[in-house]
Amino acid sequence: MYRTRNLLLAAAGAVALSGCQYDVLSPAGWVGDQQRDLLIISVLLMLIVILPVLFMSVYFPLRYRADREDTSDYDPEFEHSNKLEAVVWGVPILIIVALGYYTYVYTHRLDPYRPLDHLEAGAPVEVQAVSLDWKWLFIYPEQGIASVNELVVPAGRPINFSLSSSTVMNTLSIPALGGMVYSMAGMETKLHLIADEEGVYPGRSAHYSGPGFAGMVFDTTATSDEEFDAWVEGIRAEAGPLTRETYLALEEPSMNEPVRHYGSVEDGLFGRIVEMCVEEDKVCMGHMMMVDQNGGGGLEGIGDAAAYSYDRGRTIDGFGNRIELPPLESHGSGHGTGHGTDHEALNDSEAPNGLAYVLAMDPNALCSPFGTQTEKEINGI
Amino acid sequence: MASEHLQPAETFSPIFGRLTLDWIPIHEPILIGTFAGVALGGLLVFALMTYFRLWVPFWKNWVTTVDHKKIGIMYMVLAFVMMVRGFADALMMRGQQAMAAGGSEGWLPPHHYDQVFTAHGVIMIFFVAMAFVTGFMNYVMPLQIGARDVAFPFLNNFSFWMTVAGALLVNISLFVGEFARVGWLAFPPLSGANYSTGPGMDYYLWALQIAGVGTTLSGINMIATIVKMRAPGMKLMDMPIFTWTALITNVLIVAAFPVLTATLALLTLDRYMDFRFFTNDFGGNAMMYVNLIWIWGHPEVYILIIPCFGIISEIVSTFSRKPIFGYRTMVWATGCIMVLSFVVWLHHFFTMGSGADVNTFFGITTMIIAVPTGVKIFNWLFTMYKGRVRLEVPMLWTIGFLVTFTIGGMTGVMLAVPPVDFQLHNTLFLIAHFHNVIIGGVVFAVFAGVTYWWPKAFGFKLDEVWGKRAFWLWFVGFYVAFMPLYALGLMGVTRRMNMYPDAGWQPYFIVAAIGALLILAGILCNFMNFYVSIRDRKRLACGSDPWDARTLEWATQSPPAPYNFPEDVSVVGREAFWQMKKENYEFSTDYQPIHMPMGTASGVIISGLALIFGFAMVWYIWWLAIATFVAMLAVGIAHTFNYNRDYYIPADEVRQTEAKGALV
Repeated sequence: MYRTRNLLLAAAGAVALSGCQYDVLSPAGWVGDQQRDLLIISVLLMLIVILPVLFMSVYFPLRYRADREDTSDYDPEFEHSNKLEAVVWGVPILIIVALGYYTYVYTHRLDPYRPLDHLEAGAPVEVQAVSLDWKWLFIYPEQGIASVNELVVPAGRPINFSLSSSTVMNTLSIPALGGMVYSMAGMETKLHLIADEEGVYPGRSAHYSGPGFAGMVFDTTATSDEEFDAWVEGIRAEAGPLTRETYLALEEPSMNEPVRHYGSVEDGLFGRIVEMCVEEDKVCMGHMMMVDQNGGGGLEGIGDAAAYSYDRGRTIDGFGNRIELPPLESHGSGHGTGHGTDHEALNDSEAPNGLAYVLAMDPNALCSPFGTQTEKEINGI
Repeated sequence: MASEHLQPAETFSPIFGRLTLDWIPIHEPILIGTFAGVALGGLLVFALMTYFRLWVPFWKNWVTTVDHKKIGIMYMVLAFVMMVRGFADALMMRGQQAMAAGGSEGWLPPHHYDQVFTAHGVIMIFFVAMAFVTGFMNYVMPLQIGARDVAFPFLNNFSFWMTVAGALLVNISLFVGEFARVGWLAFPPLSGANYSTGPGMDYYLWALQIAGVGTTLSGINMIATIVKMRAPGMKLMDMPIFTWTALITNVLIVAAFPVLTATLALLTLDRYMDFRFFTNDFGGNAMMYVNLIWIWGHPEVYILIIPCFGIISEIVSTFSRKPIFGYRTMVWATGCIMVLSFVVWLHHFFTMGSGADVNTFFGITTMIIAVPTGVKIFNWLFTMYKGRVRLEVPMLWTIGFLVTFTIGGMTGVMLAVPPVDFQLHNTLFLIAHFHNVIIGGVVFAVFAGVTYWWPKAFGFKLDEVWGKRAFWLWFVGFYVAFMPLYALGLMGVTRRMNMYPDAGWQPYFIVAAIGALLILAGILCNFMNFYVSIRDRKRLACGSDPWDARTLEWATQSPPAPYNFPEDVSVVGREAFWQMKKENYEFSTDYQPIHMPMGTASGVIISGLALIFGFAMVWYIWWLAIATFVAMLAVGIAHTFNYNRDYYIPADEVRQTEAKGALV
């Protein structure tokens, strides 16, 4: 291991001298370091077989060219050899066994869902990262602040990312710290990274997400604890609040957004983002799942479609502009989003699957599949 | 508002659906220029064909033909034409990324750039690489097994024209409307109804569905041909390696393409009828699409490369004057790859949050594929070992293949290690990797094969000087174009960015653009080679067996007569033609009338209707869609009443043809 590390450092040094930022080869965090080590190990293992193959690919045709002087070694019957067959199957298999071993070990060690508490670094920082059209929103739930297109973290402390998206898929990628994970609407994914050294590291979305995609770039600044606290305090003192309303305004499609901050964050906002119910009158996904488990809304429920609709209100054109579609007509159990037919409304609103009843539930209190439960518990249901 | 541009308003008229004049991109100078070029070129071809009175022969001898050889050649022509289109997209991307650093916006806005990279991927995979390998399988495989034609000659013609219809639909999107802006696999929700409004995504869906019909049917056809129509005496384990790879490829096609068809159909339902398979809301799940599309998508890359393994096998053996080393191993290794290719799809999205156990499983299965693939490479090397290797142009491409594909294989295994992939996923490292295996693997093998079988198809060789020029330009151009992308990938640079903030990346992109220009020169040399060789065909005429080959396709005339072989050939053992040469075998001169399939226009008519149907569906022109759909069924049913399906070539004509020998 140490030998590989040294080789690696030498390589990284050579690369650094060339003046470019090879973030993958000279990362600034434990996760990236490990991934880089594994990259080097896998290359070295494979070179055992790749180098001879490359050599033979050029040497054999030249050595055995038809116009060579001495063709006495021409053997037109040579088409099988058990020894050679054993070698050509055996050596690659051995290499793959070795590589498979490293893969198993490192894949479990570097599972992005695994917290980094085994590093004995400082207390972790929670960051809820949401990919919006087309910018990143970072919510710091413990600090109660949020920032757009700027990520500031204390160096030497693990960062526990919870990822989600408002519309389409993105990945949160900060190559200098380590690997990426997808952010998807209606879902929460996890990523654990750490910055070992202070510095500024570029971050971006690494999954194409529409016309503003190239502008989803941000700086990740790893600072000392004191500077981080000062940054937080500065934002708390100066910036406005991130409420459900301001979030909905922020979520509107826009490109190449400058950095901006929010000095406070409404309680449970991230949970509502994940459950796609930041807007008033939208049913949270956990509640939808509960209704479904209770047998669903039935035919009457069709009229409630507007309360479950999410994508329609976020329609964009090819240039990234919002297209306003008329909302889905709501006429089922009626409660205020649309033109409810009154004779059903009263009864339905009391039934457990009635829309008014579902909407009235607190998303953070009851049967929310996200946030309060772990991934395993959800899968267990 | 995110952009000052606006998409044309969504309107609907009963006659034109949502198609309005606003959708004609007259404000895009690049497209106007392209259109002018295409129109002028089209007019020129039209005028020349009319002047030389070629329309009738073209219709009779090519469009309506069911001859597998002509269909094979037409697949190759389609592939070369679409390669020009796809490569033009590549040059635009390289140009854009060479410019758009540190705040510069380059020359393509995202709306255009995103269409370009989507079109590039779709065209290069579906209409270039697929058309190339299908063309080879069409032309070579029936000859290699001593068959007169494929099992279902009409189906073959139909499959080809469906592929053309798909290709045309993609190209129509250049000038009427727009193409998709979603990447070549069109992940939802981005490709769903709300995040890809406009016709671009629908062009994608219908083009691939129409072409997919052709591909699936062609796969069934080829399997039936190989299983049922081999020359008497040719056992499965006697088939030439290329035929083996063709069999395995077509099994993959038949197993995998229905998944693509179903997946795209689900997405079509989402987009057209408000279904919710892959939406964010109403319980849809986009990850299901990602799984499904890669369950097709991973076998698809093996569909492209496995026939190329076959091409390389034939060439290495012929040019080393030795039988292929380890024939059985070769067959079993290909079979292993076929099976394994269905259990690795998740490696395309390790980063989507699957657990460590799942990722480990798919990572290791992926690495295991490297074993049979490595075995194949060793077998080619040991075929050259103690051989007499002639370093002619096909062999140059082969050596280029061996070197480049090996490197691509190594970077592929790197990406198969999940924690490494977390870093390299969706970076330019990935782009460099798959171009490394698709250019270094598929394209180099295709050019090796084109050079190798050209004399079979036309009776004269390709010019050696231009061939070498093309090879060296492609070979060097590939490394200049893609090594910088590997470097950028190791810096963590993401794919599909139409501009980037870090000016430090720009030199690498400029070098890559220079590499693309070298490849452009290589492509020009390819075409120059065709021109020079056709011009000098008398000088390059070479008889029926120019390479001293070993497999059955060389036993007949070059170019082969429509009936391929004047009589049924009986085969004993592998390398049938090599045996025949050793035994001084000659065809008997006791000619019999030969039973042949008759050409038909039904294939091209149905495909033409399918093209119009696709266009009508894209633009919501419902009356036209219904009319063309009904018409397709009607023509299909009418065709079943066509009893004029076969004819006999009289023995005298066979005698005369055989006496004349191959004509150039």
